[in-house]
Amino acid sequence: MASEHSSVAYYPGCSVEGLAIEYDQSTRAVCKALGIKLLEIPEWSCCGSTPAHSLDPTLSGALAGRNLAIAERMGCAVVMTPCPGCLRSLKGALEIHDSPERRQALLDLMGMPFEGKVRAISVLELLFNALEAGLLTEARVKRPLTDLMIAPYYGCLLTRPPGFAQFDDPENPVSMDRILTTIGATVVDFPFKTECCGATYGVARNPIVTELTGRILDMAARLNAQAVAVACPLCQQNLDLRQSQVDRRWRRSFNLPVVYLPQLVGLALGIAPDELGLDKLVVSADALLSDLQKVSEGI
Amino acid sequence: MEPIHILDLQKTCDEDFIHEVEAASGQQVRKCYQCGNCSATCGFTRFYDYPVNQIMRLVQLGQRDIVLGSRSVWLCASCQGCTTRCPCNIDVASVMESLRVMSRTEKKVSESDIQMFYDEFLRSVKAFGRVFETGLLPVYGLLSRKPFTDMDLAPVVLRKGKLSFFPHRIGKRGEVAGIFKRFEQSAQKDNAGKGGSHGQ
Repeated sequence: MASEHSSVAYYPGCSVEGLAIEYDQSTRAVCKALGIKLLEIPEWSCCGSTPAHSLDPTLSGALAGRNLAIAERMGCAVVMTPCPGCLRSLKGALEIHDSPERRQALLDLMGMPFEGKVRAISVLELLFNALEAGLLTEARVKRPLTDLMIAPYYGCLLTRPPGFAQFDDPENPVSMDRILTTIGATVVDFPFKTECCGATYGVARNPIVTELTGRILDMAARLNAQAVAVACPLCQQNLDLRQSQVDRRWRRSFNLPVVYLPQLVGLALGIAPDELGLDKLVVSADALLSDLQKVSEGI
Repeated sequence: MEPIHILDLQKTCDEDFIHEVEAASGQQVRKCYQCGNCSATCGFTRFYDYPVNQIMRLVQLGQRDIVLGSRSVWLCASCQGCTTRCPCNIDVASVMESLRVMSRTEKKVSESDIQMFYDEFLRSVKAFGRVFETGLLPVYGLLSRKPFTDMDLAPVVLRKGKLSFFPHRIGKRGEVAGIFKRFEQSAQKDNAGKGGSHGQ
């Protein structure tokens, strides 16, 4: 496991260039701290996301496949992306390539050699593999997140559909739970782990997002979670950036920090909050930091 | 009050439609026995005009116009809940996706602003190699006549330094544009064969 991940092709995805910049920062910082070498795919391009596979699956495969082909040329066996939407497109490309009837159409669109030999994984899977391989251990935790109650929110695509994701359990995933407990946090038994946040409809159908995201925040609040942990830039955007819109719709003030998993892992590994982009979160996570402060002062 | 919608199945059943959906999605829609698990799991049911189990039934009944013109097909977010929980192992989300693509091809899209948003997204990818989030929103606002979409979020996004004013153009964006060009050419060829016209 460890050797497989010693050098990983990194596909950041468009969202981390803008609204999810802290996801990129914290992912890079944590991988560096764990000794996992990320090689950013040079000149990577957009996977096409939902708009591409709503137009044509082969077009979606070709847009994503271009990036996999570059990773292959780099000699990498694994491509990691922090975005589950991108992951879906990358895996879609590999699925089409695996199908003898659909392969040629994909290669024709791509217009470059592609052997389909790389594997695509999420940052959650990478961190979980690091945990299993003994790279991420309690012994490496410098600032345990003791007394922090966290709701682990996986969203739709990290574990679904099971045959496609090939990772964790589709109904009750536990990989993020195990990472969070390793870094000292208390994980609430969260029944909405895989409920949908409303995905891309924040812009065009905002009431869908404020309704569905509100349910997730409401459940986390009821369970006394102090923060929601996420591993998807779109989920994070809906839960954090749009939390003010959710507040208006639900006529309440959730004030729940929504933190990327690598940010939490980074904090526990002793990485400085500004290197993890904690100040970029819309709902302030300062309360979590002052708790940590107390813990480290106590020690 | 809305008029009662009566299906005259003998007149409106389009058997070709059933086969087209099964071929496009690679799924056997005929296996669905209406247990309703998909609708029970779907967070979007209350926003749909037809719950997803009814969409499946309408496909079995060959109701091309109702299905392809439904709001449901365009409001599905592909969360994969239905696919995960179908006892017949039907990839329901993939059926919905195939229906979305078909509704485009046959120009029956009900939620035209969502299609417009997707088209603008892809135009951005074709031009720059990556999507330019900031540029997308005002274009959507203008085209959909909702110019103030998400304006309430602008101050905080600006304050957090997350607003980029210029698109990131990748060096090899010609390769990405090439993919789109070949796709458009093959779509044109397909249409010439069918005598129809393609979406986008």
